[in-house]
Amino acid sequence: MVADGSHAPGGMASRSRGRANAMQRFARRRSTVAFLMTVPLLAIIIGLVAYPAAYAIYLSTLNRRMTAFAGTLNFELLFESDTFWMVAFQSCFFAITAVVLKASIGFWLAHMLHHIPDKGQRKWRGMLLVPWVIPPALSTLGWWWMFDPSYSSINWLLAVISVPEVPWLGHHWWARIAIIMVNVWIGAPFFMIMYLAALKSVPEQLYEAAMIDGASSFQRLRYVTLPMMANIISITVLFSLIVTFANYDIVRVLTNGGPRDLTHVFASYAFQVGILSGNIPRGAAVSLFMFPILALCAFFVLRSVTRRNKEQM
Amino acid sequence: MSASTAGAAPKGIYHLAGSLRKERRWALWVAYISLVFAAIIFMAPPFYMFITSLKGSGEIASQIGSPWLVRDPTLDNYSAIIFNPLFQRFMFNSIVITLFVVALTMVISILAAFALARMRFFGSQALATGVFLTYLVPDTLLFIPLYQIVGGLGLLNSIWGLILVYPTLTVPFCTWIMIGYFTSIPKELDEAALIDGASWSQMLLRIFIPVALPGIIAATIFAFTVSWAAFVYPTAFVTTPDQMPLTIGVVSQLVRADTFAWGQIMAGALVAALPPVVIYAFLMDYYIAGLTAGATKG
Repeated sequence: MVADGSHAPGGMASRSRGRANAMQRFARRRSTVAFLMTVPLLAIIIGLVAYPAAYAIYLSTLNRRMTAFAGTLNFELLFESDTFWMVAFQSCFFAITAVVLKASIGFWLAHMLHHIPDKGQRKWRGMLLVPWVIPPALSTLGWWWMFDPSYSSINWLLAVISVPEVPWLGHHWWARIAIIMVNVWIGAPFFMIMYLAALKSVPEQLYEAAMIDGASSFQRLRYVTLPMMANIISITVLFSLIVTFANYDIVRVLTNGGPRDLTHVFASYAFQVGILSGNIPRGAAVSLFMFPILALCAFFVLRSVTRRNKEQM
Repeated sequence: MSASTAGAAPKGIYHLAGSLRKERRWALWVAYISLVFAAIIFMAPPFYMFITSLKGSGEIASQIGSPWLVRDPTLDNYSAIIFNPLFQRFMFNSIVITLFVVALTMVISILAAFALARMRFFGSQALATGVFLTYLVPDTLLFIPLYQIVGGLGLLNSIWGLILVYPTLTVPFCTWIMIGYFTSIPKELDEAALIDGASWSQMLLRIFIPVALPGIIAATIFAFTVSWAAFVYPTAFVTTPDQMPLTIGVVSQLVRADTFAWGQIMAGALVAALPPVVIYAFLMDYYIAGLTAGATKG
């Protein structure tokens, strides 16, 4: 470690330099440079993600005024309340229905886009991605106005084909459907774009080979397209499951949990309990319930992504 | 068509070709019908927002006629919203927040991605995985502890608190896709640079950033749209109107409990949604590249 500069460790950067003291050499080392470059990233991951996550667990064990340790009291109280189970049901119902619909509609539209001549695809793709581009909170505001009880423009359209008026946000089941509709409207274009990219990467020869073997269009879909896209389908579905399950914007703007707290999802309920009612430990406990499901999804996403990377190498 | 002109002579194969073509044409029709149908549904809400924003309050309140049409269009709502000092304040806050967040994000993620893509060091693999995992952590999971932390720093009700926490939404994904773009740059390029005596910083500035420019643009667009549209953190951390960014400002302040000025709300929402839409319109390919990169690169 004496500063003779003859053998700087790991040092392509420090090669051909004459005398340098230990400090300078240390600074020139590749791994040190690399580490310094990742320090801001580490600060964000540790300071604003890992630490808050641990802090949330700590918060959830406190009593309401955050003065004393209360053990698992918050969780016990949640387990006893009907509202909480309703929220759990609504979150799962919302996430699963919305993701299935988004994935199917996205898959269908991607296929339709893939069918039409290449020239037109750009234009259609550009138009169909608009719902994804508008900030969700703002487009949901537009939907809210379309669901307005007395001026609903959707009901007006339904009246044209003589369907009776729908109490969109007044009745809890209709409100749940409305929330899912808005979420599907925002999210389906994302699936469409992802699946279109995946469809384009399937080699044309595979389809030709299948055609020569006399495969019907359904068989081509089942035995060529789906296996080639399996990985991207699982990645997008799991990823969307995470995002949808943790959704907040739509519920906040559209129903704010009402009618009678029946449309709350975990995120909006945690917000109501934690921030609006000021019971921070209870709110932290509510949001922590999202964690196991999200962790499970994240695990599978990571597995699919690593597998995909290996395939591509 | 060809099957009919071929006449009755050699059937079989021609007949088959005709049906294949017919099948293809039928598929094309189905495709166009689905696309038109989807486009109508996808464009209807923004279209209706636009129509409403052109109506005067009298026309909005009247129940006669189709709500999807405007009889005497007016720009009053737009002038009212644009000259509303509160709205101007929201716009200013959004612009300041977004500029800071995008700049911070790009610096942090380019540096980190360069290190993670090119230099192996202790824990670099784990860190790359960690970056991806943090990307999967939704904002609604952490807003309560962050509320306490931001409050402890005295940054509640301040745009600086938002600038502090927004990078958690943008940095992981941007780093992740930049790693992908940087790894795809051939190693020969940096070897050549090293032989010519370039330092790490020169290598980054002269080679990596120019070569990976499409990726950088895609990541910048992503950071921009995310910080412009962020909703959970400003809703939780900001309650004073003069520190609100556009999203929560339009949703909470323009919507007054009793008198719903729908025309103005819709005009405000459309003006607020304009920057990401304009960027998307001009840089669609980069936008889509950024969208798909998350799953296909890295």
